[in-house]
Amino acid sequence: MKQETENIIEAIDLEKKFGSFTAVNKISFQVKRGEVFGFLGANGAGKTTAIKMLIGLWSPTSGKATVAGYDLFTEANQIRKNIGYMAQRFSLYEDLTVIENIQFYGGIYGLRKNILKERAEELISELGMESFRKELIKNIPLGWKQKLALSVAMIHKPKIVFLDEPTSGVDPITRRQFWDLIYKAAEKGTTIFVTTHYMDESEYCDRVSIMVDGRIEALDTPSQLKKQFNAESMDEVFLKLARPTGIQI
Amino acid sequence: MNRRRFFGFLQKEFRHIFRDRRTMLILFGMPIVQILLFGFAITNEIKNVNVAVLDKAHDDVSHDITNRILSSEYFHLYQNLNSEKEIETAFQSGKVKVVVVFENNLAKNIYSKNIGNIQIISDATDPNTANTIVAYTRAILLNYQQDLNKGSKPPAIIQTEVRMWFNEELKGVYLFVPGVMTIIMMLVSAMMTSISLAREKETGTLEALMVSPLKSWQVILGKVIPYLVLSFSITLVTLGLSMFVFHVPIRGNIFLLLGEVLLFVITALSFGILISSIAPNQMAAMLISMMGLMLPTIILSGYIFPIDNMPVPLQVISNIIPARWFISMLRDIMLKGAGWSVVWKDTCVLAFMAVVFLFLASRRFKMKLR
Repeated sequence: MKQETENIIEAIDLEKKFGSFTAVNKISFQVKRGEVFGFLGANGAGKTTAIKMLIGLWSPTSGKATVAGYDLFTEANQIRKNIGYMAQRFSLYEDLTVIENIQFYGGIYGLRKNILKERAEELISELGMESFRKELIKNIPLGWKQKLALSVAMIHKPKIVFLDEPTSGVDPITRRQFWDLIYKAAEKGTTIFVTTHYMDESEYCDRVSIMVDGRIEALDTPSQLKKQFNAESMDEVFLKLARPTGIQI
Repeated sequence: MNRRRFFGFLQKEFRHIFRDRRTMLILFGMPIVQILLFGFAITNEIKNVNVAVLDKAHDDVSHDITNRILSSEYFHLYQNLNSEKEIETAFQSGKVKVVVVFENNLAKNIYSKNIGNIQIISDATDPNTANTIVAYTRAILLNYQQDLNKGSKPPAIIQTEVRMWFNEELKGVYLFVPGVMTIIMMLVSAMMTSISLAREKETGTLEALMVSPLKSWQVILGKVIPYLVLSFSITLVTLGLSMFVFHVPIRGNIFLLLGEVLLFVITALSFGILISSIAPNQMAAMLISMMGLMLPTIILSGYIFPIDNMPVPLQVISNIIPARWFISMLRDIMLKGAGWSVVWKDTCVLAFMAVVFLFLASRRFKMKLR
């Protein structure tokens, strides 16, 4: 299968410095088309910095990268059209209704009115949010907001979706539903790039990279990683990496 | 494609604004209330002041003067007093603001000795009002004295004829309308824009916008246009109100006036964007615009306190306040009927400020996000 081997994200020696502090230290990795790629690391390990470079919010200090086949430095505008992004804090407007939020994001991604209308209906019925349609975002439960934010981030059918800790603060049932949505999108060929610090979630990913202090210390499938580190679970893998001195808890 | 994106953004901005009914009410209500207050309540003019007369003379002169005082629209006879003792009680009642005392044999003294004494006693618990009332009473007396001397040939007299140009009736509204307009424009343009942008920053939606294909100038323009429309329409309401209710004149060219209004709004908007690029959240944006913008604008712009009366350092500082230039232009155009040849300098200063703010704002905005 050709799809499996095509790299949709390629980073080579990507580096970001803030003054003398190196947030991301020359990381290199590839993400394949259609993959669910887990980007793990403790708080402050550099995940968010890395993701912000890939989506063009922050420019890298040095290194090279292509996203969706476009160069990060010279073709940022093309990249923007082909990616979706959902931040840690979900990015919906609290004082707009569900349908207005969908229309707005569809609009700024340049969707035509008739297409947008179709997509909006599709999205609302998929999420089962018919009754919330005209409800202001601030009045709907967090779980629904989160799911809606994910769908809205994909309204323009991007090639890649970047999710920065999308499930923090969400109850387990909603988390489960959230991952169902992620899988559904992946099935349709969307590449998912997701950061998380829930180690159980990393088991859902096709491949996982683990960042420690700005460096990628491990990158493989969850089962390979467990084998490599002789661990029962991803939790253990992570602890072994993050605490190399072997402190046992 | 590009246009569609931008209009979608614009639509969203208007939705934010109109959905927030309370803020809208405040924005439109405030200038109206302020203008009405300045027009009706806060005024230096006096009308229907209660006067008490202690007439010991009871002759032609005292009657004449009393009649003159009462026939002016400023005074109203509250009571006739019979003795000095009653003066205090009259003041204590709080109703009487001024007492006029005519001496014994007033007319006789005037005709034989050429000097007559009249005492004006006023309630100076409010010194400003007391001053004004005394001045009005004096003017009436002076007037009477002149008439008295008409027949005879008086010693050399300098007659002063005073006219208050541009505001003959010394109406307070004339002074305050330009100020109120300026404050409101500052508030809507600078403060509201900075808060609205800071809110997007705070809630993380700005990040989503920057990741989208929207360009940063589109985001800024999309933020600016609604507030431009809003503050312009509020200005029109304020102007209309002061024209039709208080007959504040617009003696100059209305289009020149509106042009300057537009320039000032743009200056204020760019200042708002600059603030929001510095402020991390809505609270900070509000504080910065309140402390850094509204207060200096109110105090140092000449809106209430005349700039010429300030200590020199403050006068110098007032130069960097956009509102100072704008208010002076407004007064020139509206009250003096000044044209381009008068206001071009102030216009240039304001335009220069707008360019500087815009430049700084766009630089900061880009640095922050790219």
